[in-house]
Amino acid sequence: MSQRYTIRLTVNGEKIERDVEPRLLLSDFLRHELRLTGTHVGCEHGSCGACTILLDGQAVRSCIMFAVQADGHALTTIEGVAPDWTASSGPEAMHPVQIAFWEKHGLQCGYCTPGFIMTLIPFLEENPHPSDEEIIQAISGNICRCTGYQNIVAAVRRAAELMG
Amino acid sequence: MKPAPFQYFAPVTVDDALALLAEHGYDAKLLAGGQSLVPTMNFRLSQPGVLVDLNKIADLAYIRADSDGTLRIGAMTRQSTVERDPLTARHAPLLAEAMPHIAHRQIRNRGTIGGSLAHADPAAELPAIMVTLNARFVIQGAGRRREVAARDFFQALFMTDLAPDEILTEIIIPPMPPGSGWAMDEIARRHGDYALVGAAALVTMPEGDLCADATLTFLSVGETPVVATLACAYLCGARIDDACIAEAARMAGQEDMDPPGDIHASVAYRRKLAQVLARRVLTRAFQRAKDGVV
Amino acid sequence: MTTQLFGQPIKRNEDPRLLTGQALFTDDVKLPDMLYAAFVRSDFAHARILSIDVSGALEMPGVVAVYTAEDLGAYWQPGPLLVPPPPVPDLVFNPRMQVPLAKDKVRHVGEPIAVVVAESRYQAEDAAEQVFVEFDPLPAIVELEDALLEDAPLIHEDLDANLNAHVVQHKGDYAQAAAQARLIVKRRFLYDRGIAAAMENRGVVAAWDARAERLTMWDTTQAPVVIRNGIAAMLGLSEMQVRVIAPFIGGGFGPKIMMFYPEEVLMPWISMRLNRPVKWIEDRQENFFATTQERGQIHESEIAVAEDGRVLGVKDVFLHDAGAYAPYGLTVALNSQCTLLGQYDVPHYHTEFRSVFTNKPIVTPYRGAGRQHGVFVMERLLDLAAKELGMDRVEIRRRNLISPEKFPYNNEIIYQDFAPLVYDSGNYGPALDKALELIGYRRFIDEEQPRLRAEGRYVGLGLVTYVEGTGIGPYEGAKVTVETSGRVSVASGIGTQGQGHFTSFAQIVADQLGVGVGDVRLVTGDTAEFYWGAGTFASRGAVVAGNAINAAALAVRKKILQKASEELEIDQEDLELADGAVRVKGVPASAIKLGDLAARANPTRGAVKPGTEPGLEATDYFGPERGATASGVHAMIVEVDPETMLIDIRRYVVVHDCGRVINPMILEGQIHGGVAQGIGNAFYEQLVWDKNGQLLNASFMDYLLPTADVMPVIETDHMETPSPLNPLGIKGAGEAGAIPVGPLFAQALEDALSPLGVEILEIPLSPNRLFELVNDA
Repeated sequence: MSQRYTIRLTVNGEKIERDVEPRLLLSDFLRHELRLTGTHVGCEHGSCGACTILLDGQAVRSCIMFAVQADGHALTTIEGVAPDWTASSGPEAMHPVQIAFWEKHGLQCGYCTPGFIMTLIPFLEENPHPSDEEIIQAISGNICRCTGYQNIVAAVRRAAELMG
Repeated sequence: MKPAPFQYFAPVTVDDALALLAEHGYDAKLLAGGQSLVPTMNFRLSQPGVLVDLNKIADLAYIRADSDGTLRIGAMTRQSTVERDPLTARHAPLLAEAMPHIAHRQIRNRGTIGGSLAHADPAAELPAIMVTLNARFVIQGAGRRREVAARDFFQALFMTDLAPDEILTEIIIPPMPPGSGWAMDEIARRHGDYALVGAAALVTMPEGDLCADATLTFLSVGETPVVATLACAYLCGARIDDACIAEAARMAGQEDMDPPGDIHASVAYRRKLAQVLARRVLTRAFQRAKDGVV
Repeated sequence: MTTQLFGQPIKRNEDPRLLTGQALFTDDVKLPDMLYAAFVRSDFAHARILSIDVSGALEMPGVVAVYTAEDLGAYWQPGPLLVPPPPVPDLVFNPRMQVPLAKDKVRHVGEPIAVVVAESRYQAEDAAEQVFVEFDPLPAIVELEDALLEDAPLIHEDLDANLNAHVVQHKGDYAQAAAQARLIVKRRFLYDRGIAAAMENRGVVAAWDARAERLTMWDTTQAPVVIRNGIAAMLGLSEMQVRVIAPFIGGGFGPKIMMFYPEEVLMPWISMRLNRPVKWIEDRQENFFATTQERGQIHESEIAVAEDGRVLGVKDVFLHDAGAYAPYGLTVALNSQCTLLGQYDVPHYHTEFRSVFTNKPIVTPYRGAGRQHGVFVMERLLDLAAKELGMDRVEIRRRNLISPEKFPYNNEIIYQDFAPLVYDSGNYGPALDKALELIGYRRFIDEEQPRLRAEGRYVGLGLVTYVEGTGIGPYEGAKVTVETSGRVSVASGIGTQGQGHFTSFAQIVADQLGVGVGDVRLVTGDTAEFYWGAGTFASRGAVVAGNAINAAALAVRKKILQKASEELEIDQEDLELADGAVRVKGVPASAIKLGDLAARANPTRGAVKPGTEPGLEATDYFGPERGATASGVHAMIVEVDPETMLIDIRRYVVVHDCGRVINPMILEGQIHGGVAQGIGNAFYEQLVWDKNGQLLNASFMDYLLPTADVMPVIETDHMETPSPLNPLGIKGAGEAGAIPVGPLFAQALEDALSPLGVEILEIPLSPNRLFELVNDA
């Protein structure tokens, strides 16, 4: 019964080929097969946004896609947004969105944070000067239980400055 | 919350997909954007034996306009593509207005227009919009092709006119007649939630303030998109003013529907919201018609 | 010391790891040969288990084992009572605790019945569907008031009623107050259930190493030390053989302080039995049943008021929903009792509750932990009394505030820490004034609201006060070590779930030792790093662990000065600590780097004076005699669409006093998040059960957590009335934001809708509920 399916894809710039069971969720594939555990799982029904990644540059929810569906596509996870960052490189090597979250205290427990960042990178690339209303709408599909969002909105404004 | 096992196929042509449906019959389920299907599979509320993934059929993703302004959208076109394509705004501005109400960007980046229609969730925006726009759907089966009107497509809760061996392949949206006005609005607890109630209006008022035609459709008030027939009949031929709109809205909320009550909204509250929304969308739609935007 | 770091909005040390996806959460742990568990849970709220058939599940691919209660043998034991009852006279207390797997009977939907262990979680879930349980359904107790009916079905059949506890406490004599009152207002108040919904669900990874005879456990707990001690005792291991790690935790909010959840008890046992690591990660659906919840209470309350608005007394009798089991004692209900009187000087108080068992998931503290209910009742009673007396709602509050000279103020009843409820310090009047000024109270009432009403708009203002009992004992401890690199490591036994401990605690240490915040590395939540501790709960982390860390850092500072004094042959008074070094005041060139001093304090050859302790290290503890009482005022202006009952929060103001502030940026974040949870509780989140005890909205599609678009901008201001109960003068702040939001909404919405004449006596609300209330009015 356990059909396997070969997929070829690019993850954070690296070409990958794997055999997977068709039902394997993309979030589980990234976290447990590729060990990219920065993509977090909050609800597994597409409602909280914690598992957001980029599929060909567009934000999607990896918990409601199957890994087989990523075949032939290019994915970016939180581990891929600041390739130069290492534990010893200092925070300056992070992506501007990450730096802005740090500066504006846009995270507390940090569990939802990668999903926010992955939602915001394409948003800010498309909308370099967003209004507060646009920011709020852009993040309304991501749930944060710690911050009340106020500092996240401030972080997005700051990120727009840093990227602009 | 992990899905049950299934066999997976990713055909690259519609014919191959139809052949797979013919082979696996009721065991098979089509996977389009998956934004509704995969959550129900994760809850194990849905356990299809076979998934036929349509995402590799490149031929099903397109938006084109005919010379007469008829808009043709491939069923596997992503909702965010429909949202952003200038052809949508030009030829189906009501659809363009509705798109941002559908869930969130991450969902629309993956969700498809055909997937949402075939899923036939009465709380979803697209079915009500297609009914309002008098759209037609192209349906393909093995060796056959047929068209069905959106109004006849939605039959009951999550039930459509599609047979198990058929695929919805194209959505055809006719051009709006001159003097048309449109509006869509909905009431949801949070941005992107399924609406408590939603309403869409398309009206024609070619001259003065005399309504030539009106379609008013609701979502989340029944098992399918609900057309407010009495209200529409009342509006047709009527001279449009605030009192007329208010009366049509009252008829829509009180007489044209038999909405369900649930944990989010009682029957009476839904009727009230429907009435308020009807007034809002009709007012905007007639104003647009008067302004002669189309 | 050059610049004091205490009080500065320092950016957080822990953030780069979290922002780049490198921080370790429990579900990130993957070990060779690891197995995965899934649970078979009850579909019924109340039923007898007639039989369990696991044979089909055992045949499923990848399945290694399936266990039921029978298989656990002597390991099957109800969990411990975590909090004993308070020393209150005539108290009735019938504790009944959860079991690892249901044996004869299930008492709530989602109660675990069997656990399947397989090579993958997918396979474990496949097999769990093949476990067949035959139930004999029993009538379920869902409504609180049904629990104590004469003919109510018994949830625990060894009891003669569904009564968990009955507690009566007094201050003064309410009958006397009632006799003297000009006015008595009586109402029935409802406060319904919600969930904490941390974004990270719970999870446990247990790994038994047979060769080393050691058990390692990663657990999303707020109390790793207590978990270690309990698990070691249950498994017959020494505490030294068990290491519990609470790594980064994706939000706690209380339910993760509940201890010895069934899954927490079973994973280590399974790992030892199978000699393989095993992981269980709760999924979101399970979280709605398997993680504890809070908030169900029904109050019958009255307030006795004099002509001038002075409150003579309050009587409050309430039912508290304990859920199916009550392992956490009476903490939540006691908090309701002890928070009700709030900032007000009330001479007479009769408070009485019955905690009842229901066929719903277990209730343990969730952010606010019962305080909400008390504040809701008192603030509503004041509003109603003011209305009847024709008095301004602010005036009635101001007249009853405890005046500053009355501190410490004794409310005479017993608090959750079993000490008498004595407020340590407070200065309530100025905070109220500040809130009035910020929200523009007079102008709104006198000018704006009449103008808006004339325009047909429904805009209202709310303003409520509250206290928050924080920083209770018993104690926490810490070890501070200066390493030869010059970096400072700090270990404490508490867990951390996003509160910024890695930074605020580093600020305390950095000030004492003259190093940078970034040079202080904190380890929390790893029992291998620090042996003692109680946990992170009751807004106590900063107060109790913060002061323990301060004490340990102070001891290290003394060691540094002593050692440097010897090395430099100079009096300690002439030395200072700055820039990572100790130096002679005014002579920067004389500095010895702390790392070098640490090396000198740890000689590896030669002789030392007898009694010398190596290194620059100290361990110390802090335990307050009782909790510190924080306070605050919330105010908001809200507009209601009278047709749709949708709301728009136009202003939201918080004036907060939690004593001295370590890091104002982190504090504001705590308040923002608390308010967001309060708003969820007040207007979006509600668990809906049918009469059979089935939860009707167990998903994030139907259980509405606040999203960015429903949150107002929160304007904050701070007062600093230090606590005399700890050297740093701090009070806790974790729950403050969430506590008063219910009564604030009730008052503001009632005000907005006052032309329609509604009275709001319940939380949560919703547009649908407002529509009903308006139609009924």
